[in-house]
This record gives sequence, structure tokens and C-alpha cells, in this order.
Amino acid sequence: MKTLADPTRRAVFERIAREGEIAATGLVRGSKVSQPAVSQHLRALRDAGLVTERRDGRHIHYRVAPKGLSPLIDWLGHYQAFWNERFVNLERLLKETE
Amino acid sequence: MHETRAISVEKVLLYPPEKIWRTLTSGDLLAKWLMPNDFVAVVGHTFNFRTAPMGDWDGVVRCEVLACDPPKLLRYSWKGGADTNPAYGSRLDSTVTWTLTPIEGGTHLRMVHDGFVLPGNQFAYDAMKPGWGKILDSIARVTAEA
Repeated sequence: MKTLADPTRRAVFERIAREGEIAATGLVRGSKVSQPAVSQHLRALRDAGLVTERRDGRHIHYRVAPKGLSPLIDWLGHYQAFWNERFVNLERLLKETE
Repeated sequence: MHETRAISVEKVLLYPPEKIWRTLTSGDLLAKWLMPNDFVAVVGHTFNFRTAPMGDWDGVVRCEVLACDPPKLLRYSWKGGADTNPAYGSRLDSTVTWTLTPIEGGTHLRMVHDGFVLPGNQFAYDAMKPGWGKILDSIARVTAEA
């Protein structure tokens, strides 16, 4: 996650997540960041396993790697476990106060 | 805009909605199955759930009653995490909604916890990850003691 500490890089990552799949040229067009800077961020994201690339002729398209989303899924998993556990407590309490 | 995710839990309980509503809205009862709190079932009332602090988070979930229609619907905001810590990037700004539907012999209870932001909250998650186990442990302890 250190890879995402840089706000510009994080913005690039979030843009890819929002778009689903986007070409590097599209990322440059829609932002104030220079083409070399975008390329550098994309390389870092790819090396960290957060995005995957797909080559299509002269264009490279990027999408978020499933691994890139796993922290969120784990986070939701923790909350799901939290609420499941609360429900068990709630039911136990209802039974106790019968 | 960011995509958001929700968690839901639902269950059929063999008790009338009124009894379940009391469990969801009495501060004393809430403390026994959820967390210590100063909840009052009045729209606009602000209250906290309290658990063990961790990192830069004081362990307080800040809430406001957004909707209250006994014994059918209860909704409150649920804001936690360490928004004072810039490294977190984003905090948890969510809502919890309880819906009670009477059915024969009981109640269908549904909870939806909505507002998990993708992907911004990953940073909050990343920082909170070591703490959630502790939260669950401490809540389990509090509940066992209650």
C-alpha cells in the first residue's frame, strides 16, 4: 500500500478503478499530469501488482488487478463478521429476556 | 464519484417487532449486544458507540439518528476511523439501516451497513486492519461481561 501513498499515483489508481479499463493515453488526456509522470506511476502500480496491462497495438490499457481490491474485500469481510457476530448476540439477548 | 459497497445481514426472529425494536433502541440493551453508547431514538440525536482506541482512532463511532419509525425503520450515520491521520486517506463515513417486517410468528430483521467507499477506504482499511481483530475481541469481552 506504500505504492499508493503518493496522492497523484493514488488519483491515477482511483481513475483506473472508476473507468474499469482505460488506455494510458486516456489517463494523460484527462489529467494535468504529464505523460512521462503518468507512465512512471503506471509502472509503479503495475510492479506493485495493483494494476494489470493489456496491449492493443500501440496502446496499453490498464485495469485494477483483483489483488488491488483485496484489502477492501477483507475490510468488508471484517465488518460482515462483526455484524454476523452482533446478530448472534442480539438473538441471545432476545432469548434471555423472554 | 466513488463506488460504494454495502454489507447486509438479515434474519427471521421468533419475536414481535416491538420486542426487537426495544433491543435496537434501548441504550442499556444496545450496550449488551452491540457497544456502550448514549443512544436515544430521536431523529437528529447525536450519539457515540465506544470501543477500545487504536492507533490514531479514539475508538469512538460518531453517529446521528437519521430516521426513526417505530417499530419498522431505524437509520443512523456511522462515522469512525482516524480522520486526523492524513495517512489514512479517508475515513469511514457510512450509514446503518434497520428494517423490521412483521411476518407470521415473528419478524424479519434486516441490517444494511452502507457507504464503504471504493477504493479510497482501502487506505483506512490498511491502517485499521491490525485493529479490527482487537475491536471484535474487545466487543466480545464487553458483551460477555454485560
